[in-house]
This record gives sequence, structure tokens and C-alpha cells, in this order.
Amino acid sequence: MSERTLPRLDPNNRAYWTGGERGELMLHHCGDCDRYIHPPKPVCRYCLSENVAPKAVAKTGVVDTYTVNHQPWKPNMTVPFVLARVVLDEVPGVYLTTNVVGCDPSEVAIGDRVCMIFEQHDDVYLPMAQRVEGAE
Amino acid sequence: MTREAYVTGVGMSEIGVGLERHPLLLTTDAVKEALANAGLTIEQIDGVATYPGMSHGYPGFSPVGADDLIDTLGIKAKWYCGGGELTSQLGAVVEAALAVKAGLARHIICYRTVYEAAAMKRPDEYPMARSPRASGYNQFFAPYNAVSAVNWVAQYAMRHVHRYGLTREQLAQIALTGRANGCLNPRALVQKPLSMDEYLSARMISEPLCLFDCDRYSDASTVLIVSAGDALGDVTATPIRIASMAGSVNRHSWDQAEWMASYDTGPDLWTHTDYGPKDVDTVQLYDGFSFLTLTWLEALGFCDIGEGGRFIEGGQRIARDGELPLNTFGGQISAGRLHGFGFAHEAVVQLRGDAGERQIANSPKVAVAASGGGPLATALLLAND
Repeated sequence: MSERTLPRLDPNNRAYWTGGERGELMLHHCGDCDRYIHPPKPVCRYCLSENVAPKAVAKTGVVDTYTVNHQPWKPNMTVPFVLARVVLDEVPGVYLTTNVVGCDPSEVAIGDRVCMIFEQHDDVYLPMAQRVEGAE
Repeated sequence: MTREAYVTGVGMSEIGVGLERHPLLLTTDAVKEALANAGLTIEQIDGVATYPGMSHGYPGFSPVGADDLIDTLGIKAKWYCGGGELTSQLGAVVEAALAVKAGLARHIICYRTVYEAAAMKRPDEYPMARSPRASGYNQFFAPYNAVSAVNWVAQYAMRHVHRYGLTREQLAQIALTGRANGCLNPRALVQKPLSMDEYLSARMISEPLCLFDCDRYSDASTVLIVSAGDALGDVTATPIRIASMAGSVNRHSWDQAEWMASYDTGPDLWTHTDYGPKDVDTVQLYDGFSFLTLTWLEALGFCDIGEGGRFIEGGQRIARDGELPLNTFGGQISAGRLHGFGFAHEAVVQLRGDAGERQIANSPKVAVAASGGGPLATALLLAND
């Protein structure tokens, strides 16, 4: 049993939450207007086309903003941890809320380069951000 | 011929933490006070509006639905609404104003009842609905333990720190001002001033927001009676005109919005009125988290975007005797989490000169009350004209 509350999988979100099994970050993409839709929906929010399908995108991006959470909201919650909003390099108009893992929380800053990795919990592969060392 | 909408009565229950009094009775307390305040009787009420309606999502979040109140108080309603899919809490007042303007009702009870503190104290009575997995927008937050709105607001605040140089000392003025004002509000939950040292040494909740940047769960009910312009003959109190209203939602998912909805709603408010920011005598702006208040000051045009921190620096400008008195009842940070309605309540009280010890000087004529944060925003311009 995962310590995290996991998403309930459905036809719209399954690709996003399970793509990590193959190491792929899958975002809903419109085949007509070439834009991305997130959270995933069965229709494009820009051109109303139903020609939308999950597409693997580059896993690199930048910390748009973040916070270090200090409050243990549940028993057994390990604090502090970093919550960040990541903007992906090739996916304008989409933000991913995630944790920045693999570093001390105090090291994270806006503008940090990150790469999305995956953390498996049961049948779900949570996209997580990891800082890319040496890059600015 | 356009009918005007007015707030003709305001009422509030006691504000407490872990109250034993039933939420329906707290609501009744506030209704009775508002009726007496307006000079109306319950028989003259023909509409009810509330946000967010009966809700079981979070314990105590909204334990009194409009159906329940109408039945309980024997109201014969020609129009009512209770729903959470509105442009935030004061969206219910907007709905009511539209209804009286359209002639669908004459006098509408608008209310917000919260019972979150009691629900936390008595989880057996108010159990948390547990679902093993998250769905809806929560599926994108819960797995990352972004479980509180403070986590979402903090990220916007951090962006302000980074882009515009917002400092903790500047942001502190929202909490310090609220707490100073709460000392003069006999109903306020916390009636004790807060010092800068206390603020700066408080524990962090979600950086850059500390404990004192957050409001506090409370148990209370707040009522506004909204009346049609052609029904003012029924009322004995000074009617306060709803001079303008605006609201917005774009991306309901908190993390997909580039800017909070207040930045759309603020400018919109001024497009429906001849008044402008310079005419405003006091502002009552949502402070569920202090940073939201700062965004409202920018969004409404009291200062430029990014200048909010410098605008409130030192606190003199937003003090009760300053040029733009803010949250004169203490805000939710001091008075308790009334969830949006307290701001409109206080605007009416100040515009009528009824605020007692905390009354601001020079007979204020125009006030803004705003609710919401993140993807939702509602603003009301209220005038004693």
C-alpha cells in the first residue's frame, strides 16, 4: 500500500499515469491544432476537436515556481518536501504539479532545469522532477 | 428600466472553534440578526442564495444547504440557488443581485455557514469521506501531498518573491493589520495584536507562507439580505447599493492558471461603474491566505502588478486610519474563516457607519468586497449613495 494517495485510473488519464512504465511522459495532444491539453480531456480546449490522443513528450523542463511544504498534513508524512510547478520544454501552456526529488529542499529555486522521472506505486507511475545538475 | 440591487440587512452568528450549537441554529442566529437589521420579517423573504450549497466533501465545509434552510425557517421562496460552481463565495450574492434585478424576488437571504472547526473536533459526528484513490483535479495534487490550498497559493506567492522581490516583512502587513483590527471587533476569534517579531519567527507552513499567513477554521454563519430597488419601501435600514459586480473563472484547475482569476475580475469591476479605485474608501479583501489579499490590491488597480508588497510596506497605508483601510473587522486571519461573506458584511457595516470602535473616519461612501483566490474570483463594489 503506497503512502501516497494515488489517482483513480480512467480512460482519459490512464496514459498519463501509466506511461512511466515505459519511461514515457504522455500528454494529451490535439492532432488538428497541434496543442496539448492537460489535465487530459476527450476534446481539445483550443479547437474543440475530438482528434486528441496521448503523445510522448520530452521530459525536460524548468521549475516555474515551487514551495517547500513544512506542515505534516497526515500522520507519517515526511516533511519538508518540495512541491513545484514545472513547465515542460516542448509543451507550452501546460504545467505539471510535482515533487522535486533527489536533492535537499533548500536547494531548489525558480528556473532550475529538471528532468521528469517516474516513481512506481502499484499500477501508477508518478512523474517526479529531478534537478539536472550543472545546468542553469 | 434597470432595477438596482441593494444589501439591506447584515447578520452574523457568534464565531467560535468547536461550537456545540448546531450549524442550523448558527444560521438562524445570523438570519434573525439580518432581518432585524434590515427591518424585515421572515414572511417578506422570497429568495435564498448560498455558497456552496449542501456539501459533504470536507467535513463541516457547508453543513446547511438552501433546501434545509428554506424548510427549517418556513420560507416561501420564488427563487433560490445553492451551489459551489460559482465564481467563489460571493458569487452567491451576485446570483441574488441578478435575481432581484430581474424581478424574480424582492428580498433574498444570502448566507455562508461554516462548521469546519467543530467538525475537526468531533470527527465521529462529521467523518471525513475517505476514498482510496483521488479523482477530478485532486488526482493531480493528492499524489504529491499537495493537499492544502496553502500549497497552491504558496507557489504563486513564491513567484512574486522571485519576480518582484516581495519580502516576508511586506507580506506580514496583511496579518499584522488584520490582527490589529480584530482587537476592535468583539466577535473576532483572535483579539490580540501580532508583532513583526512574532510573525517572522512563526513556523513555516508552505514557503513563503507561515502560520500567520493562514486563516483559521471556525464555526459561524454570515448573512446578507439582498433586496430589489423597488422593494426598499419595506426596509427601515440604510440600503447599500451594489454598484458593480464582477467574477471570473478560466482554468478551474489551480495549477494550470498562469494568473489568479482576480487579475481578470479586478479590472472588470470598473467597467460596470463610473467609480474608480480612487473613489474607494475601504477594501475588504479575501485573506484565506494573506497573499490572496495582496493579489486583490494589484488586481483591482490600487497598485501595479508586482507592486503589492511595496504598496503595503510598513502597513500605514492599509491601517484603519490609513488612506485605504483594509479588512477592518480583522479579516479571516483574525475574525475567523467566515469564508468570503465576512468581507461583504464588513463593507456594509462600515458604509453605514455602524462599526463602533473600529469605524473608519470621514463617513465612507464606497467599498470593495472581494472573495476567492486561485482560479476563482468575485468582487462587489458597494456604495452608500
